[in-house]
Amino acid sequence: MNILYAFVASGLVGCAVYMVLSRNIVRLLLGLSLMTTAVNLVLFQTGRNRSSQPPLIPEGDVTLADAADPVPQALILTAIVIGMALTVMFTVLALRAYRGHGTLLSTRIRSAERLGDPFDDGVRG
Amino acid sequence: MIADAFFNGLAFWPVGVPLAAAGLAIFLHRAPAVQRRVLEAGVLLMLVVSALLLVQVTRQDVVTTAFGGWRAPFGVTFVADRLSAALATVTGLVALAVTIFCRAEIGPRRRRAGFDALFLAMLAAVNGAFLTGDIFNLYVWFELMLVTALGLMTLDRHRSQMDGAIRYAAMSMLGATFILLGVGLLYGEAGSLNMADLAERLAGRSPTVTLSASGFLLLAGFALKTGLFPLFFWLPAAYHTTPIAALAALAGLLTKVGFYACLRVFVLVFDVAGAPVIPGLPALFGVLAAATMIVSVLAAIAQADIRRLLGYHIVGQVAYPMVGLAVASFAGIAAAIFYMLHTMLVQTGLFLGAGAVARANGSYDMRRCGGLMVHHPMFAGLFAMLAFSMVGIPPFSGFWGKVFVIDAAFRGGSVWLAVVALIVGFLTLYSMSILWSQAFWKAAPRSRRMLRRIPPAMTFAMAVICACTLGIGLAVEPVSEFVHAAARQMTSGGTMAGGMP
Repeated sequence: MNILYAFVASGLVGCAVYMVLSRNIVRLLLGLSLMTTAVNLVLFQTGRNRSSQPPLIPEGDVTLADAADPVPQALILTAIVIGMALTVMFTVLALRAYRGHGTLLSTRIRSAERLGDPFDDGVRG
Repeated sequence: MIADAFFNGLAFWPVGVPLAAAGLAIFLHRAPAVQRRVLEAGVLLMLVVSALLLVQVTRQDVVTTAFGGWRAPFGVTFVADRLSAALATVTGLVALAVTIFCRAEIGPRRRRAGFDALFLAMLAAVNGAFLTGDIFNLYVWFELMLVTALGLMTLDRHRSQMDGAIRYAAMSMLGATFILLGVGLLYGEAGSLNMADLAERLAGRSPTVTLSASGFLLLAGFALKTGLFPLFFWLPAAYHTTPIAALAALAGLLTKVGFYACLRVFVLVFDVAGAPVIPGLPALFGVLAAATMIVSVLAAIAQADIRRLLGYHIVGQVAYPMVGLAVASFAGIAAAIFYMLHTMLVQTGLFLGAGAVARANGSYDMRRCGGLMVHHPMFAGLFAMLAFSMVGIPPFSGFWGKVFVIDAAFRGGSVWLAVVALIVGFLTLYSMSILWSQAFWKAAPRSRRMLRRIPPAMTFAMAVICACTLGIGLAVEPVSEFVHAAARQMTSGGTMAGGMP
């Protein structure tokens, strides 16, 4: 089971890196989201897939016998929420950049690079 | 009763105050004048509670606040030691100067677009990163910082700002993923998230594959946020599109939070200064710092736009404290802390100065500027003080920062690093003299006889920063003692820094 998880996570990271290296910023965004998903799978693994018993101490006992680790699940929930916020933010940026530049190719979106370019001769472009 | 509650939560207030003010400012977005009051009151109150925290920390060494009744190491704790409290106080000073500057720079349109709320939330995130004792919580503050910085960057909704923000967002999201993965692997290996607890659990461990992978992922993530070679190219490609008042705050605060995370995680958790968990990391730090300094200063010399020129200097200046970390001695860490406090103030001041230059000349291109020395001698004097401080000329704080860093490198046996730092210091002087002779010394371009007036708020904001850097430079003895105490507290084991009972 652990091996299967590890292979799925590494496969997802591989796909994500391929997407991130694309010149299209929407693919870049999809790649970044995919990578966060892969990392969440790894986080899930850090709690070890041993038990599905909830981490509740029965009345009268002091210690837990065999229960799932709740911390990684809390981490994943937080990471999912943060990932969603960033994805939304990036989507807005991509949309505005598309409206402003008329293209999604990152090689053509160059207005920040032209602002204050030292190689033009002092005339604002 | 109320006083008790206040002092028990003291480590939280530098985060809680700006966060509450940000929440208030969001609801007031229709009333820009009220929003400005909220911003000013929030920043002032934040500075006061940070200073109180600093005083309290010098008395009782460490102030902790645990949340939700979960004791450390199980819950999230906020821990203020000397380093964290000093950084929070300097953040307050930086925020104060920027807020004063905003009176002349940020108009009702930008306030309606949410400047105040974003700026306050960014301050909360910066202080949160400085004060948290939990490594996952640190990651969360990094993400909040990123979202608010993106908001500030795209405040005017220009095309170039969208372009810059995409570059910044893509690289930073990648860096944050590295940090998250590193934190996850660390938890899987050591079973804790509290940094002091992690330090105890990792002490004496031999490096496993998981630990090394986690260490290098964290390094990659933090190096990207700090702007270290080869991961700094996003910074000068994105920062210069930001409105100048926000840019001054970004320049002073964000990359230093990245470096703070490096310092805290690698000194405390991976113990590079004592018995390193991963051997060879300090040597790698040295190579990264040297490469960052050389590449960034050479790139700065080629620039014509003042914001871009100073943008490359942000990158170069953050590499100096990295030299201190690379030496990995007690003196090196003390020097790194001193340099970090100095550079937060001075970078902000220089960008505020760039804003005033553009106000007087109507351009950020220094070939089209000039005449400031004649028309605005007082402003020119203030800018010169900050430039001297950055280059490292006495009696300013930058001189002592460079002395401590280079001295630590010589004593630590990294002579080559000290030599690189000295040469880069000369090149920094060269780059700043180009800026000085172009924008200040040469006559104003013929098309513009009279320069525009510089509002007093701008000059006053710079004067605040100048007073700080001059004050640190003149009172170097107590500051240096404080910094050494902070370094001792950091390196003397986990009990101090992580809120363990």
